[in-house]
Amino acid sequence: MKKILAQAAAAAVVVMAFSAPSFAFEPEATECIAPANPGGGWDFTCRQVGKTLQDLKLVPGTMQVTNMAGGGGGVAYAAVVNKRNDSNDLIVAASSATSTRLAQGAFPGNTMDQVRWVASVGADYGIIAVAKDSPINTLPELMEKLKADPASAPIAGGSAVGGWDHLKVLMAAKKAGIDDVRTVKYVAFDGGGEAVTQLLAGSVAAFTGDASEAKGFVDSGDIKVIAVLAPERLEGDFASFPTAKEQGIDVIGANWRGFYAPGGMSDDAYNYWVDAIGKVYDSAEWKETMAANGLAPLDKRGADFQAFVQESVSDIQAISKEIGILK
Amino acid sequence: MDTLANLGDGFLIALTWQNLALALLGCFLGTIIGALPGLGPSNGVAILIPLAFTLGLPATSALILLTSVYYGAMYGGRISSILLGIPGDEPAMMTTLDGYPMARNGQAGEALALSGIASFVGAFVATWGLVFLAPQLVNVALLFGPAEYFALYFLAFATLGGVASRNQGKAAFAAALGLGIAMIGVDGQTGVPRLTFGEVHLYDGIDFLIAIVGLFALSEVFVFLEHRGDNDGASEGKMQLGRVTPPASMLKETSGSMGRGTIIGFIAGVLPGAGASLGSFLAYAFEKRLNDKKGTFGKGDPRGVAAPEAGNNAAAGGALVPMLALGVPGSGTTAVLLAMLMALNITPGPLLFTQQPDVVWGLIAALFIGNVMLLVLNLPMVSIFVRVLLIPTKYLMPTVAMISFVGIYGISGSTFDLIVMILFGLLGWVLRKYDVPLVPVIMGVLLGNAMEVNLRRAITISDGDWSVLVGSPLAIGLWALGIAGFVLPIIVGRYFRPVPQVNDEVAEGD
Repeated sequence: MKKILAQAAAAAVVVMAFSAPSFAFEPEATECIAPANPGGGWDFTCRQVGKTLQDLKLVPGTMQVTNMAGGGGGVAYAAVVNKRNDSNDLIVAASSATSTRLAQGAFPGNTMDQVRWVASVGADYGIIAVAKDSPINTLPELMEKLKADPASAPIAGGSAVGGWDHLKVLMAAKKAGIDDVRTVKYVAFDGGGEAVTQLLAGSVAAFTGDASEAKGFVDSGDIKVIAVLAPERLEGDFASFPTAKEQGIDVIGANWRGFYAPGGMSDDAYNYWVDAIGKVYDSAEWKETMAANGLAPLDKRGADFQAFVQESVSDIQAISKEIGILK
Repeated sequence: MDTLANLGDGFLIALTWQNLALALLGCFLGTIIGALPGLGPSNGVAILIPLAFTLGLPATSALILLTSVYYGAMYGGRISSILLGIPGDEPAMMTTLDGYPMARNGQAGEALALSGIASFVGAFVATWGLVFLAPQLVNVALLFGPAEYFALYFLAFATLGGVASRNQGKAAFAAALGLGIAMIGVDGQTGVPRLTFGEVHLYDGIDFLIAIVGLFALSEVFVFLEHRGDNDGASEGKMQLGRVTPPASMLKETSGSMGRGTIIGFIAGVLPGAGASLGSFLAYAFEKRLNDKKGTFGKGDPRGVAAPEAGNNAAAGGALVPMLALGVPGSGTTAVLLAMLMALNITPGPLLFTQQPDVVWGLIAALFIGNVMLLVLNLPMVSIFVRVLLIPTKYLMPTVAMISFVGIYGISGSTFDLIVMILFGLLGWVLRKYDVPLVPVIMGVLLGNAMEVNLRRAITISDGDWSVLVGSPLAIGLWALGIAGFVLPIIVGRYFRPVPQVNDEVAEGD
């Protein structure tokens, strides 16, 4: 009898262990804030991850997506810090743009320590490209040209001055031995598409952007990618293009996508979300989404991700100070 | 012919019952969204993207739904412009200049029907342009570097004086005010926030729609409040519905305006960064310069309705050229559509036409279908729309206020935007008191940033050499046109001065 009871108890423990979530936190009405209007990258991150979370039954029901545009993400950041600090059911889409703005103090009164960084779900690696008929064929050639006469090679990108597209090319220039990176001429356009168009129109010498922005023009052969800012060569259409590292300029520019959560989130809830986003990342469904949208692997979770964001914030601060954007 | 065969295939894809139903739904929703102040094509498309995802529509069907909304909103924007003098969205702004006076002259039905037909002509011709000229037009877009864009915006500002009001000084003041408002926000060329006072909500600048709804709709409400509705009976007596079809003579008279408006609008649409507002603006300004011999523009001239409506709808079609062929949005709405394409795993770019022909040609066929549907849907509805004028002002104005608030809040969910909108309403009220035209303010906001940014890009690229601004034949041509547009009326105007009339559109804010 005792034995049976013990077995039953053991069985009950086992059943409980399987039926109850392995975390002391149970999500209720989950929400993802996309700090931009529908249609942008952050909106996409929320919706795609929300859908995968639902398909994998990691959240009850549907994850609600709230669009909170303004201030390049600053409005949402301030709202989370000030009004939603204790919410356990909330995650917020973020990317390199978020860490860039945090580093440059573009969210007035907010710092990266006010929230908890959850995990990344992939990255869009930077590229530097020239028009197909350009005499420049490699990254070192472009850098030599910049060294000799910076005015001869204006570079176009889709982000504002001091934004990610600009910083990537400056980091490369620094690694290539250009001491005063302020001489590098960067022309800001509204989005990568417009910048590529101006490259084709012959207004500028080179383009700095993300691999996904350039894909259509790479396929058509209108532009020549001279460097991919990734640790190793990308897969698929971009496999034939050398990395900057191969060419002796060791720089990586990853436009990562991921999430942060309110700073007052309980440890249990935080662990739950790190685990859930991690499961999304590991799923076959997400692999497909990544392939379809030009996202390359970047897998950082929990404390690892926190450290990653911390490091990128200090890197960006250093270079922003150097070019005078940050005093 | 290859193109026609492709288009035929496109119709085969688009002409399913489900797609037709989606197009009808999109056209209907779009018309309503366009007509409501505060909701324009960009918001309409953005709001419906989640719906398209939720329904799990295939790429072509989703695009059909969204482009129907896009075209529908371009149609619908004119309704409140004409009936209330409140533009439903920014490209419909120029339609207020002659459309609203027409309505006040008892020609509301004619103005609505005429603008519907002009919209159809503009959109229809533009869609053919998209079919046959897309590959060549891409090269036109490539002719425009920053210097050429700057000259183009100069051209727009040079013709601005002719657009509104008899008092050029007040128009210039209004435009300067608009330029100042345009400077609010983070400067993209240096990353420095300007005129934001550390307020993070202002970092992205002022949304055009908030400015338009505040300046036009709310200020109208304030003027009404000020008079406590005592002119209610008077305006009701004046409002005649008129006939609901335009007489053939009017169509004949305006056919040239439609044609010119279509061409100008289409070209403006093809240029990324110009867009529908510039298209309708230039179409109106050009038409007025060309035809306003008797000073009837601004007082209810049908040509002043036909030209900008043809222009803004043609621009909507034109804006699809760079979006499909280059992946560069030519307007806010195409930016949203582009994001949608990418979410559907379609990479726009030079190869889209060859890689995804079914999507592209299905979409183009859908545009034709949506166009015809909109005309059929809109003409009979004119008689319903004009009944808005029968609503007494004391009921109409609170409704306008309510729609404005809900519309703006619905876009951003931000109470800050509502406060900004009220401030714009007060500004509009003050400007109306002083008889300062409102349209140049919005033109300043719309064009100011783009003009500044392109000037700075050009100068950065040329390393501080100003001669780059006249560095290409195209730029020189645009400068010449702009200077001619500015100087000629001053000289010619001495001989053909319009008869000044007291009772024109600006005085009619009461």
